Amino acid sequence: MTRINVSAKSFGETVILRDIHFEISAGETVALLGPSGIGKSTLLQLIAGTDTDFEGQIERPDAIAMVFQEPTLLPWRSVLDNILLVHKTVDGDSAHAALERVGLNSKAYMFPGQLSLGQQRRLSLARAFAGSPDLLIMDEPFVSLDEATAEGMLILTEELIGEVKPATIFVTHSEPEAKRLATRVLRLQGKPATLI
Amino acid sequence: MRIRGLSLVSLLLLWIVAAYIGADPQVLPMPWALAGPFWSELSSGELPFHLATTALRVLWAFALAMTLGTVLGLLMGVFPKIDQWLDPWLVIFLNLPALVLIVLCYLWIGLNETAAIIAVTLNKIPNVTTIIREGARALNPDLKAMAQVFRVRRSIYLKHIILPQLAPFIAAAARSGVAVIWKIVLVVEFLGRSNGIGFQIHLYFQLFDVAYVLVYSLSFIAFMLAVEWSLLQPWERRVRRWRQA
Repeated sequence: MTRINVSAKSFGETVILRDIHFEISAGETVALLGPSGIGKSTLLQLIAGTDTDFEGQIERPDAIAMVFQEPTLLPWRSVLDNILLVHKTVDGDSAHAALERVGLNSKAYMFPGQLSLGQQRRLSLARAFAGSPDLLIMDEPFVSLDEATAEGMLILTEELIGEVKPATIFVTHSEPEAKRLATRVLRLQGKPATLI
Repeated sequence: MRIRGLSLVSLLLLWIVAAYIGADPQVLPMPWALAGPFWSELSSGELPFHLATTALRVLWAFALAMTLGTVLGLLMGVFPKIDQWLDPWLVIFLNLPALVLIVLCYLWIGLNETAAIIAVTLNKIPNVTTIIREGARALNPDLKAMAQVFRVRRSIYLKHIILPQLAPFIAAAARSGVAVIWKIVLVVEFLGRSNGIGFQIHLYFQLFDVAYVLVYSLSFIAFMLAVEWSLLQPWERRVRRWRQA
Protein backbone atom coordinates (compact mmCIF):
# COMPACT_ATOMS: atom_id res chain seq x y z
CA MET A 1 0.00 0.00 0.00
CA THR A 2 1.21 3.50 -0.85
CA ARG A 3 -0.15 6.29 1.33
CA ILE A 4 0.56 9.90 0.44
CA ASN A 5 0.00 12.59 3.03
CA VAL A 6 1.59 15.86 2.04
CA SER A 7 0.44 18.79 4.15
CA ALA A 8 2.82 21.26 2.52
CA LYS A 9 5.73 21.44 0.12
CA SER A 10 7.46 24.76 -0.44
CA PHE A 11 10.38 26.11 -2.41
CA GLY A 12 11.71 28.93 -0.23
CA GLU A 13 8.77 31.08 0.78
CA THR A 14 6.44 29.83 -1.93
CA VAL A 15 4.11 26.96 -1.04
CA ILE A 16 3.72 24.73 -4.09
CA LEU A 17 1.62 21.84 -2.82
CA ARG A 18 -0.88 21.78 0.05
CA ASP A 19 -3.04 19.08 1.67
CA ILE A 20 -2.62 16.28 -0.77
CA HIS A 21 -3.88 13.02 0.66
CA PHE A 22 -4.52 9.82 -1.28
CA GLU A 23 -3.70 6.15 -1.45
CA ILE A 24 -2.74 3.81 -4.25
CA SER A 25 -3.42 0.14 -3.72
CA ALA A 26 -1.69 -2.70 -5.56
CA GLY A 27 -2.85 -3.16 -9.12
CA GLU A 28 -4.37 0.29 -9.28
CA THR A 29 -3.23 2.83 -11.88
CA VAL A 30 -3.57 6.48 -10.97
CA ALA A 31 -3.16 9.28 -13.52
CA LEU A 32 -2.12 12.69 -12.27
CA LEU A 33 -3.33 15.55 -14.46
CA GLY A 34 -2.90 19.29 -14.22
CA PRO A 35 -1.59 22.34 -16.06
CA SER A 36 2.17 22.54 -16.55
CA GLY A 37 4.20 24.10 -13.76
CA ILE A 38 1.60 23.19 -11.15
CA GLY A 39 3.88 20.78 -9.29
CA LYS A 40 3.05 17.35 -10.70
CA SER A 41 6.70 16.36 -11.12
CA THR A 42 7.46 17.74 -7.67
CA LEU A 43 4.77 15.50 -6.19
CA LEU A 44 6.24 12.51 -8.02
CA GLN A 45 9.67 13.30 -6.55
CA LEU A 46 8.15 13.31 -3.08
CA ILE A 47 6.46 9.96 -3.73
CA ALA A 48 9.67 8.51 -5.19
CA GLY A 49 11.62 9.69 -2.15
CA THR A 50 14.19 11.68 -4.12
CA ASP A 51 12.95 14.85 -2.40
CA THR A 52 12.42 14.51 1.34
CA ASP A 53 12.07 18.18 2.17
CA PHE A 54 8.33 18.54 2.83
CA GLU A 55 5.75 18.50 5.64
CA GLY A 56 3.82 15.30 5.93
CA GLN A 57 4.41 11.61 5.55
CA ILE A 58 4.58 9.17 2.69
CA GLU A 59 4.34 5.44 3.14
CA ARG A 60 5.69 3.40 0.26
CA PRO A 61 6.79 -0.16 -0.51
CA ASP A 62 10.47 -1.12 -0.82
CA ALA A 63 10.50 -2.11 -4.47
CA ILE A 64 9.98 1.12 -6.41
CA ALA A 65 10.66 1.77 -10.07
CA MET A 66 10.48 4.97 -12.02
CA VAL A 67 10.22 5.89 -15.69
CA PHE A 68 11.60 9.39 -16.07
CA GLN A 69 10.74 12.07 -18.61
CA GLU A 70 14.17 11.54 -20.14
CA PRO A 71 15.34 7.91 -20.53
CA THR A 72 18.02 8.53 -17.83
CA LEU A 73 20.23 5.62 -18.87
CA LEU A 74 23.93 4.97 -18.28
CA PRO A 75 25.37 5.83 -21.71
CA TRP A 76 28.74 4.23 -20.82
CA ARG A 77 27.29 0.79 -20.08
CA SER A 78 25.69 -1.69 -22.46
CA VAL A 79 21.91 -1.99 -22.85
CA LEU A 80 22.01 -5.22 -20.83
CA ASP A 81 24.16 -3.72 -18.07
CA ASN A 82 21.71 -0.85 -17.80
CA ILE A 83 19.23 -3.37 -16.42
CA LEU A 84 21.65 -5.61 -14.51
CA LEU A 85 23.52 -2.88 -12.65
CA VAL A 86 20.39 -1.17 -11.38
CA HIS A 87 18.73 -4.29 -9.94
CA LYS A 88 20.39 -6.44 -7.29
CA THR A 89 17.95 -9.31 -7.79
CA VAL A 90 17.85 -9.54 -11.59
CA ASP A 91 20.14 -12.15 -13.19
CA GLY A 92 21.33 -12.35 -16.80
CA ASP A 93 18.43 -14.53 -18.00
CA SER A 94 15.69 -12.34 -16.59
CA ALA A 95 17.45 -9.22 -17.89
CA HIS A 96 17.48 -10.75 -21.39
CA ALA A 97 13.82 -11.69 -20.94
CA ALA A 98 12.99 -8.11 -19.91
CA LEU A 99 14.75 -6.82 -23.05
CA GLU A 100 12.99 -9.42 -25.20
CA ARG A 101 9.67 -8.22 -23.79
CA VAL A 102 10.26 -4.70 -25.18
CA GLY A 103 11.88 -5.97 -28.39
CA LEU A 104 15.44 -4.92 -27.59
CA ASN A 105 17.20 -8.22 -26.89
CA SER A 106 19.05 -8.12 -30.22
CA LYS A 107 20.63 -4.85 -29.04
CA ALA A 108 21.65 -6.13 -25.60
CA TYR A 109 25.36 -5.48 -26.16
CA MET A 110 25.07 -2.06 -27.79
CA PHE A 111 25.45 1.23 -25.98
CA PRO A 112 22.28 3.28 -25.32
CA GLY A 113 23.64 6.02 -27.59
CA GLN A 114 23.27 3.65 -30.53
CA LEU A 115 19.51 3.36 -29.94
CA SER A 116 16.79 5.70 -31.20
CA LEU A 117 14.90 7.80 -28.66
CA GLY A 118 11.93 5.44 -28.88
CA GLN A 119 14.18 2.46 -28.18
CA GLN A 120 15.84 4.27 -25.26
CA ARG A 121 12.38 4.90 -23.81
CA ARG A 122 11.56 1.21 -24.16
CA LEU A 123 14.79 0.32 -22.42
CA SER A 124 13.85 2.66 -19.61
CA LEU A 125 10.50 0.87 -19.44
CA ALA A 126 12.17 -2.56 -19.41
CA ARG A 127 14.45 -1.39 -16.61
CA ALA A 128 11.47 -0.27 -14.55
CA PHE A 129 9.56 -3.53 -14.91
CA ALA A 130 12.58 -5.87 -14.65
CA GLY A 131 12.61 -5.61 -10.87
CA SER A 132 8.86 -6.43 -10.53
CA PRO A 133 8.17 -3.21 -8.62
CA ASP A 134 5.36 -2.84 -6.09
CA LEU A 135 5.16 0.85 -6.88
CA LEU A 136 5.72 2.26 -10.36
CA ILE A 137 6.11 6.00 -10.92
CA MET A 138 6.07 7.44 -14.43
CA ASP A 139 6.74 11.08 -15.28
CA GLU A 140 5.25 11.82 -18.72
CA PRO A 141 6.57 8.58 -20.18
CA PHE A 142 5.14 9.19 -23.68
CA VAL A 143 6.10 12.82 -24.16
CA SER A 144 8.13 13.97 -27.22
CA LEU A 145 7.61 10.73 -29.16
CA ASP A 146 5.95 10.63 -32.59
CA GLU A 147 2.39 9.33 -32.60
CA ALA A 148 3.12 5.78 -33.76
CA THR A 149 6.00 5.31 -31.31
CA ALA A 150 3.95 6.76 -28.48
CA GLU A 151 1.09 4.41 -29.31
CA GLY A 152 3.50 1.45 -29.29
CA MET A 153 4.86 2.51 -25.92
CA LEU A 154 1.36 2.95 -24.56
CA ILE A 155 0.32 -0.57 -25.58
CA LEU A 156 3.53 -2.00 -24.14
CA THR A 157 3.04 -0.15 -20.87
CA GLU A 158 -0.58 -1.33 -20.64
CA GLU A 159 0.51 -4.93 -21.09
CA LEU A 160 3.41 -4.73 -18.64
CA ILE A 161 1.24 -3.13 -15.96
CA GLY A 162 -1.24 -5.97 -16.53
CA GLU A 163 1.49 -8.57 -16.07
CA VAL A 164 3.38 -7.12 -13.10
CA LYS A 165 0.38 -5.41 -11.42
CA PRO A 166 2.23 -2.71 -9.47
CA ALA A 167 0.56 0.24 -7.83
CA THR A 168 1.11 2.84 -10.55
CA ILE A 169 1.04 6.61 -10.58
CA PHE A 170 1.85 8.56 -13.71
CA VAL A 171 1.84 12.16 -14.79
CA THR A 172 0.44 13.13 -18.16
CA HIS A 173 -0.94 16.09 -20.08
CA SER A 174 -3.20 14.01 -22.26
CA GLU A 175 -6.77 13.18 -21.19
CA PRO A 176 -7.09 10.22 -23.59
CA GLU A 177 -3.84 8.74 -22.28
CA ALA A 178 -5.09 9.10 -18.72
CA LYS A 179 -8.49 7.56 -19.52
CA ARG A 180 -6.93 4.66 -21.32
CA LEU A 181 -4.28 3.64 -18.82
CA ALA A 182 -5.69 4.77 -15.48
CA THR A 183 -8.23 3.23 -13.17
CA ARG A 184 -8.50 6.56 -11.39
CA VAL A 185 -7.70 10.15 -12.42
CA LEU A 186 -6.47 12.78 -9.95
CA ARG A 187 -6.31 16.45 -10.82
CA LEU A 188 -4.01 19.07 -9.32
CA GLN A 189 -5.25 22.64 -9.36
CA GLY A 190 -4.95 25.97 -7.58
CA LYS A 191 -2.19 27.90 -5.93
CA PRO A 192 -0.82 26.22 -3.88
CA ALA A 193 -1.88 23.16 -5.81
CA THR A 194 -4.14 20.60 -4.25
CA LEU A 195 -6.33 17.71 -5.40
CA ILE A 196 -9.80 18.55 -6.69
CA MET B 1 51.45 9.59 -36.49
CA ARG B 2 53.46 10.87 -39.50
CA ILE B 3 53.28 14.44 -38.27
CA ARG B 4 54.38 13.34 -34.82
CA GLY B 5 57.43 11.62 -36.34
CA LEU B 6 58.32 14.62 -38.50
CA SER B 7 57.96 16.91 -35.54
CA LEU B 8 60.43 14.83 -33.49
CA VAL B 9 62.88 14.70 -36.40
CA SER B 10 62.75 18.49 -36.79
CA LEU B 11 63.61 18.85 -33.09
CA LEU B 12 66.61 16.60 -33.64
CA LEU B 13 67.66 18.68 -36.64
CA LEU B 14 67.43 21.84 -34.57
CA TRP B 15 69.74 20.23 -32.00
CA ILE B 16 72.28 19.27 -34.67
CA VAL B 17 72.27 22.78 -36.14
CA ALA B 18 72.67 24.34 -32.68
CA ALA B 19 75.51 21.96 -31.83
CA TYR B 20 77.17 22.74 -35.16
CA ILE B 21 76.92 26.52 -34.68
CA GLY B 22 78.04 26.30 -31.06
CA ALA B 23 80.91 24.02 -32.05
CA ASP B 24 81.69 23.20 -28.42
CA PRO B 25 80.92 19.61 -27.35
CA GLN B 26 81.48 20.72 -23.73
CA VAL B 27 78.36 22.89 -23.99
CA LEU B 28 76.23 20.96 -26.48
CA PRO B 29 77.49 17.69 -27.97
CA MET B 30 76.13 16.23 -31.21
CA PRO B 31 73.27 13.75 -30.65
CA TRP B 32 75.40 10.79 -31.75
CA ALA B 33 78.15 11.77 -29.30
CA LEU B 34 75.77 10.64 -26.56
CA ALA B 35 75.84 7.02 -27.73
CA GLY B 36 79.15 6.32 -25.96
CA PRO B 37 78.15 7.69 -22.54
CA PHE B 38 74.72 6.09 -22.89
CA TRP B 39 76.21 2.68 -23.58
CA SER B 40 78.72 2.91 -20.72
CA GLU B 41 76.00 3.92 -18.22
CA LEU B 42 73.69 1.21 -19.52
CA SER B 43 76.23 -1.60 -19.43
CA SER B 44 77.55 -0.62 -16.00
CA GLY B 45 73.96 -0.89 -14.69
CA GLU B 46 74.02 2.70 -13.39
CA LEU B 47 71.35 3.98 -15.76
CA PRO B 48 68.83 1.15 -15.20
CA PHE B 49 69.29 1.42 -11.42
CA HIS B 50 68.70 5.18 -11.22
CA LEU B 51 65.92 5.00 -13.78
CA ALA B 52 64.11 2.34 -11.75
CA THR B 53 64.58 4.28 -8.50
CA THR B 54 63.07 7.42 -10.01
CA ALA B 55 60.28 5.50 -11.73
CA LEU B 56 59.32 3.91 -8.41
CA ARG B 57 59.15 7.31 -6.71
CA VAL B 58 57.05 8.67 -9.58
CA LEU B 59 54.72 5.69 -9.30
CA TRP B 60 54.26 6.09 -5.53
CA ALA B 61 53.69 9.82 -5.68
CA PHE B 62 51.37 9.43 -8.66
CA ALA B 63 49.24 6.75 -6.99
CA LEU B 64 49.01 8.67 -3.72
CA ALA B 65 48.29 12.04 -5.32
CA MET B 66 45.65 10.62 -7.68
CA THR B 67 43.86 8.68 -4.93
CA LEU B 68 43.86 11.41 -2.30
CA GLY B 69 43.24 14.17 -4.84
CA THR B 70 40.27 12.31 -6.37
CA VAL B 71 38.68 11.61 -2.98
CA LEU B 72 39.14 15.23 -1.88
CA GLY B 73 37.90 16.62 -5.20
CA LEU B 74 34.83 14.39 -5.10
CA LEU B 75 34.00 15.41 -1.53
CA MET B 76 34.51 19.10 -2.28
CA GLY B 77 32.50 18.93 -5.50
CA VAL B 78 29.57 17.07 -3.96
CA PHE B 79 29.38 18.73 -0.52
CA PRO B 80 29.43 22.56 -0.70
CA LYS B 81 30.08 22.79 3.08
CA ILE B 82 33.31 20.84 2.81
CA ASP B 83 34.21 22.94 -0.23
CA GLN B 84 33.77 26.17 1.74
CA TRP B 85 36.09 24.89 4.47
CA LEU B 86 38.80 23.41 2.28
CA ASP B 87 38.84 25.88 -0.62
CA PRO B 88 41.18 28.41 1.07
CA TRP B 89 43.60 25.57 1.87
CA LEU B 90 43.47 24.48 -1.73
CA VAL B 91 44.31 27.99 -2.96
CA ILE B 92 47.25 28.23 -0.56
CA PHE B 93 48.67 24.85 -1.56
CA LEU B 94 48.10 25.55 -5.25
CA ASN B 95 50.22 28.67 -4.96
CA LEU B 96 52.92 27.28 -2.69
CA PRO B 97 56.12 26.87 -4.76
CA ALA B 98 57.18 23.24 -5.11
CA LEU B 99 60.60 24.14 -3.77
CA VAL B 100 59.16 25.44 -0.47
CA LEU B 101 57.21 22.23 0.13
CA ILE B 102 60.23 20.09 -0.70
CA VAL B 103 62.58 22.00 1.61
CA LEU B 104 60.05 22.01 4.46
CA CYS B 105 59.39 18.27 4.10
CA TYR B 106 63.13 17.54 4.25
CA LEU B 107 63.55 19.85 7.26
CA TRP B 108 60.58 18.48 9.20
CA ILE B 109 60.59 14.81 8.25
CA GLY B 110 64.28 14.30 7.49
CA LEU B 111 66.35 13.52 4.43
CA ASN B 112 64.59 10.25 3.68
CA GLU B 113 62.35 8.47 1.19
CA THR B 114 59.14 9.28 3.09
CA ALA B 115 59.85 12.99 3.00
CA ALA B 116 60.68 12.81 -0.71
CA ILE B 117 57.45 11.06 -1.67
CA ILE B 118 55.29 13.20 0.65
CA ALA B 119 56.80 16.34 -0.83
CA VAL B 120 55.95 15.28 -4.38
CA THR B 121 52.48 14.06 -3.40
CA LEU B 122 51.62 17.29 -1.60
CA ASN B 123 52.75 19.24 -4.64
CA LYS B 124 50.41 17.36 -6.92
CA ILE B 125 47.26 16.82 -4.79
CA PRO B 126 45.87 20.39 -5.16
CA ASN B 127 46.00 20.07 -8.95
CA VAL B 128 44.19 16.77 -9.01
CA THR B 129 41.62 18.03 -6.49
CA THR B 130 40.86 21.15 -8.54
CA ILE B 131 40.26 19.16 -11.72
CA ILE B 132 38.18 16.40 -10.08
CA ARG B 133 36.10 18.97 -8.18
CA GLU B 134 34.97 20.46 -11.48
CA GLY B 135 33.90 16.99 -12.58
CA ALA B 136 32.06 16.32 -9.34
CA ARG B 137 30.16 19.59 -9.64
CA ALA B 138 28.97 18.55 -13.08
CA LEU B 139 27.60 15.14 -11.98
CA ASN B 140 24.20 14.42 -13.55
CA PRO B 141 21.41 14.93 -10.95
CA ASP B 142 18.95 12.80 -12.97
CA LEU B 143 21.20 9.76 -12.72
CA LYS B 144 21.51 10.38 -9.00
CA ALA B 145 17.72 10.41 -8.65
CA MET B 146 17.49 7.25 -10.74
CA ALA B 147 20.02 5.47 -8.53
CA GLN B 148 18.14 6.63 -5.46
CA VAL B 149 14.73 5.41 -6.65
CA PHE B 150 16.05 2.00 -7.72
CA ARG B 151 18.14 1.77 -4.54
CA VAL B 152 21.32 1.06 -6.47
CA ARG B 153 24.04 -0.24 -4.17
CA ARG B 154 26.66 2.31 -3.10
CA SER B 155 29.58 0.39 -4.59
CA ILE B 156 27.80 0.08 -7.95
CA TYR B 157 26.77 3.73 -7.85
CA LEU B 158 30.38 4.76 -7.33
CA LYS B 159 31.87 2.42 -9.90
CA HIS B 160 29.31 2.52 -12.69
CA ILE B 161 27.61 5.90 -12.30
CA ILE B 162 30.05 8.32 -10.62
CA LEU B 163 33.42 7.13 -11.99
CA PRO B 164 32.41 7.04 -15.68
CA GLN B 165 31.20 10.64 -15.36
CA LEU B 166 34.53 11.60 -13.77
CA ALA B 167 36.65 9.60 -16.24
CA PRO B 168 37.52 12.53 -18.57
CA PHE B 169 38.52 14.59 -15.54
CA ILE B 170 40.56 11.74 -14.04
CA ALA B 171 42.29 11.29 -17.40
CA ALA B 172 43.09 15.01 -17.58
CA ALA B 173 44.44 14.95 -14.01
CA ALA B 174 46.51 11.84 -14.71
CA ARG B 175 47.88 13.33 -17.92
CA SER B 176 49.05 16.56 -16.37
CA GLY B 177 49.86 14.60 -13.21
CA VAL B 178 52.52 12.31 -14.62
CA ALA B 179 54.24 15.15 -16.42
CA VAL B 180 54.41 17.40 -13.36
CA ILE B 181 55.24 14.65 -10.88
CA TRP B 182 58.34 13.37 -12.60
CA LYS B 183 59.75 16.87 -12.87
CA ILE B 184 59.21 17.46 -9.17
CA VAL B 185 60.69 14.05 -8.35
CA LEU B 186 63.90 15.12 -10.10
CA VAL B 187 64.07 18.30 -8.00
CA VAL B 188 63.44 16.26 -4.84
CA GLU B 189 66.28 13.92 -5.82
CA PHE B 190 68.52 16.80 -6.78
CA LEU B 191 68.10 18.35 -3.34
CA GLY B 192 68.20 15.46 -0.96
CA ARG B 193 68.53 11.93 -2.29
CA SER B 194 71.60 9.84 -3.09
CA ASN B 195 70.14 8.00 -6.05
CA GLY B 196 67.73 8.50 -8.96
CA ILE B 197 67.92 10.47 -12.19
CA GLY B 198 67.80 13.81 -10.33
CA PHE B 199 70.80 12.81 -8.21
CA GLN B 200 72.78 11.74 -11.28
CA ILE B 201 71.97 15.03 -13.00
CA HIS B 202 73.16 16.86 -9.88
CA LEU B 203 76.39 14.85 -9.95
CA TYR B 204 77.15 15.54 -13.62
CA PHE B 205 76.10 19.16 -13.20
CA GLN B 206 78.85 19.55 -10.62
CA LEU B 207 81.29 17.92 -13.06
CA PHE B 208 79.97 20.20 -15.88
CA ASP B 209 79.40 17.14 -18.04
CA VAL B 210 76.57 18.09 -20.40
CA ALA B 211 76.65 14.77 -22.26
CA TYR B 212 75.83 12.74 -19.14
CA VAL B 213 73.19 15.22 -18.01
CA LEU B 214 71.53 14.80 -21.43
CA VAL B 215 71.86 11.00 -21.37
CA TYR B 216 70.03 10.77 -18.06
CA SER B 217 67.31 13.32 -18.89
CA LEU B 218 66.61 11.90 -22.34
CA SER B 219 66.45 8.35 -21.02
CA PHE B 220 63.80 9.35 -18.54
CA ILE B 221 61.83 11.35 -21.10
CA ALA B 222 61.85 8.29 -23.36
CA PHE B 223 60.63 6.18 -20.44
CA MET B 224 57.76 8.56 -19.66
CA LEU B 225 56.75 8.73 -23.34
CA ALA B 226 56.60 4.93 -23.37
CA VAL B 227 54.30 5.02 -20.31
CA GLU B 228 52.10 7.63 -21.94
CA TRP B 229 51.76 5.73 -25.22
CA SER B 230 51.55 2.21 -23.86
CA LEU B 231 49.42 2.75 -20.73
CA LEU B 232 47.69 6.12 -20.46
CA GLN B 233 46.48 6.56 -24.03
CA PRO B 234 45.15 2.99 -24.47
CA TRP B 235 43.30 3.32 -21.14
CA GLU B 236 41.77 6.59 -22.24
CA ARG B 237 40.67 5.08 -25.54
CA ARG B 238 39.00 2.22 -23.67
CA VAL B 239 36.94 4.41 -21.33
CA ARG B 240 35.99 6.69 -24.22
CA ARG B 241 34.75 3.75 -26.32
CA TRP B 242 31.03 4.39 -25.64
CA ARG B 243 31.26 7.91 -27.07
CA GLN B 244 32.43 6.70 -30.48
CA ALA B 245 30.03 3.75 -30.68
